[in-house]
Amino acid sequence: MTTKKYESYYVPAQSHWPIVGAVALFMIAFGAGNYVSDNFGKNPTTDGYGGYLLLAGIALVIYMLFGWFQNVINESMAGKYSHQMDHSFRQGMSWFIFSEVMFFVAFFGALLYIRTFSVPWLDGAGNNEMTGAVLWPEFSATWPLLKTPDGTETTGMGWFGLPLINTVLLLTSSITAHFAHVALEQNKRPQLKAWLGLTIFLGLAFLFFQVLEYSHGYSDEMQLYLTSGVYGNTFYMLTGFHGMHVTLGCIMLIVMFFRILKGHFTPDSHFAFQAASWYWHFVDVVWVLLFVFVYIL
Amino acid sequence: MATEIINESLDDAHTDDHHDYKMTGIKRWLYTTNHKDIGTLYLWFAFIMFLTGGALAMVIRAELFQPGLQIVEPDFFNQLTTVHGLIMVFGAIMPAFTGFANWMLPMMIGAPDMALPRMNNWSFWILPFAFAILLSSFFMESGAPNFGWTFYAPLSTTYSNGSTAFFVFAVHIMGISSIMGAINIVVTIMNLRAPGMTYMKMPLFVWTFFITAYLLIAVMPVLAGVVTMLLTDTYFGTSFFDAAGGGDPVMFQHIFWFFGHPEVYIMILPAFGIVSTTIPAFSRKKLFGYSSMVYATSSIALLSFVVWAHHMFTTGMPLFGELFFMYCTMLIAVPTGVKVFNWVATMWRGSLSFETPMLFSIAFVILFTIGGFSGLMLAMTPVDFQYHDTYFVVAHFHYVLVTGSLFSIYAGAYYWLPKWTGHMYNDSLSKWHFWCSLISVNLLFFPMHFLGLAGMPRRIPDYALQFADFNKWVSIGGFAFGLSQLIFLAVVIKCIKGGKKAPAKPWDGAEGLEWTVASPAPYHTFSTPPKID
Repeated sequence: MTTKKYESYYVPAQSHWPIVGAVALFMIAFGAGNYVSDNFGKNPTTDGYGGYLLLAGIALVIYMLFGWFQNVINESMAGKYSHQMDHSFRQGMSWFIFSEVMFFVAFFGALLYIRTFSVPWLDGAGNNEMTGAVLWPEFSATWPLLKTPDGTETTGMGWFGLPLINTVLLLTSSITAHFAHVALEQNKRPQLKAWLGLTIFLGLAFLFFQVLEYSHGYSDEMQLYLTSGVYGNTFYMLTGFHGMHVTLGCIMLIVMFFRILKGHFTPDSHFAFQAASWYWHFVDVVWVLLFVFVYIL
Repeated sequence: MATEIINESLDDAHTDDHHDYKMTGIKRWLYTTNHKDIGTLYLWFAFIMFLTGGALAMVIRAELFQPGLQIVEPDFFNQLTTVHGLIMVFGAIMPAFTGFANWMLPMMIGAPDMALPRMNNWSFWILPFAFAILLSSFFMESGAPNFGWTFYAPLSTTYSNGSTAFFVFAVHIMGISSIMGAINIVVTIMNLRAPGMTYMKMPLFVWTFFITAYLLIAVMPVLAGVVTMLLTDTYFGTSFFDAAGGGDPVMFQHIFWFFGHPEVYIMILPAFGIVSTTIPAFSRKKLFGYSSMVYATSSIALLSFVVWAHHMFTTGMPLFGELFFMYCTMLIAVPTGVKVFNWVATMWRGSLSFETPMLFSIAFVILFTIGGFSGLMLAMTPVDFQYHDTYFVVAHFHYVLVTGSLFSIYAGAYYWLPKWTGHMYNDSLSKWHFWCSLISVNLLFFPMHFLGLAGMPRRIPDYALQFADFNKWVSIGGFAFGLSQLIFLAVVIKCIKGGKKAPAKPWDGAEGLEWTVASPAPYHTFSTPPKID
């Protein structure tokens, strides 16, 4: 067993996918740079090529992911991967999720800093009495910040209703994802398909309600825009990045669903499924924190 | 059953190992999954970026040669300092260390390659594109970023020129590259160590890269977050860093330095690893206090997360914040002191010899310590009020980054060049490189301390007359230092092309698995891991 563990590490041959991926990222970054500066810069124009470059880059990334993962799946199905290789993938995925956590830490950090320091300070808290009195005499600190120092007004998004439904949906989906995993480990394929299908359905329902919530926010009644001061900023950036991660998680789960239909994965070899389900639990945990710090508190 | 599996997979490994060995030309480098190829690419890329960033510094020093505006406009001067900093940090020092990691880690731990070889290739090839985007803004109407490498809001938001979006997206893909590179390093070390190599038996070099990789995974996403807020503030009407909407420009500095302070340790911890390899080799003694070195490195890494606001003493933080960050910063001197003590203790009563890697290592210990001491001076809040944003700060971080990180990179490069190329480098030329660099670098950076204490501000193209003499000498030192680096280029090219054949272990005091394989190291090493007792 120990010899097996150490003597079969698979080193892949040359591959053209990484360089395709690098070119794609270049097209995305350079395209997005052009698109943003052309359309949202100081002298907006609409005749730039940035948007096309960006879209082409995204298409190339998708092509690259298909090709690259196809290679990996074929190698895996051909039995080239050892347990040690499996460990590498698992550890790689866990550290990737950790890096995602740190990305959200930046935004949660901003939210907490704004709520604890910058908004009260603008109203004269701490040793900033003169900031409040001289710069913004009209301003009073509240959270949600419904009226900014320069007078932009907005409405707060309550936690009851759609956000609560979404919390229930996402928490349930984490449980169903776990049941799917258990079913896979016990080799109960029909249950696996059912639970995974239900998870995907709950995820998509979450996304649907999230879009619905945004449309409420952007309605004339609520006037909660991305530009509505730091409350709108933190609300849309946090829920928006979370929504993007849910979308990515859904795509992963859907891919897993199709792979399961094709008969992939066995009770003891299913790294990709596990990775997708870890990712799903991660977006779930982020949502719980969001629900507490963005909606309730 | 188990044996069958082994044989099968070994056969697979053989087919995969050998058919790509013949691959030649550009495809070898574009498609490679070999850690040595990728390491070479990283090192050459870093050196090219180093010369590019250096060229910008030459223009800066030419402008500052005498008071008044001679060569460049103030706005272009700001672009030069900004891009010089960004290139040296993200394009030269960090990729050079990743190059070392790629080349040496698998050989040091007895692994066949990095754990995720294709991703390894991807992390490298993103970098040239990222820097192409960053540098392309020099040729745009708006000009390159001009807000300093720290891109403080609102300079980078309200008052930025039109290239901020390119800067932001370039930083995003650099971050992706760094995170993937770091994940690869962590997984390789955790998972691919040869049987018997426990964590506390790993070479210290491996330890420092292990800890550095964790720092990268933890803070690069924070950088991605802060540049994203910068992007939306500049282009999409958010007000994270704008008091009118309830935000705070100082918050930018908090988030940036939460990334930025661990980042400076990302650039120095691997340097500690390199000199902890070279000093024992040329002292012919074991490294003094191995386990204390491991703990010191870990404590520096942990402390790096709670000291960020010492960059912000003059922003008007609450008194508690000033005190907290001052004391935590001073605490870092303790593990750093442990390290310096251990290097000196390793040399104590050793049978020393002064080959070029050792010369660079000794220079590192002394000059890095000078940079560390000026860091301690800057850590004192009341004193920092005086030093903040002066040339004293510039002197401080160039002592730790140039005579620290860069000198360690040279020490490591000379130490492993025989292993990489199979030839010994030209000894007298390398000595010229060392002595020219040593003298010019001190002429370049030491007078900056005095300039800063006398009040010369950084990032200004013009200055008051009383600073003229020192600036003249600094510029002369700068030009000399820049030219001296071309000697290194000559040494490396000569060494690749030929020279005395290097034995498997050219340094009699060297230890480690990398010296058990031939020089140059075969394309694939340790397909079967060695046994460590």
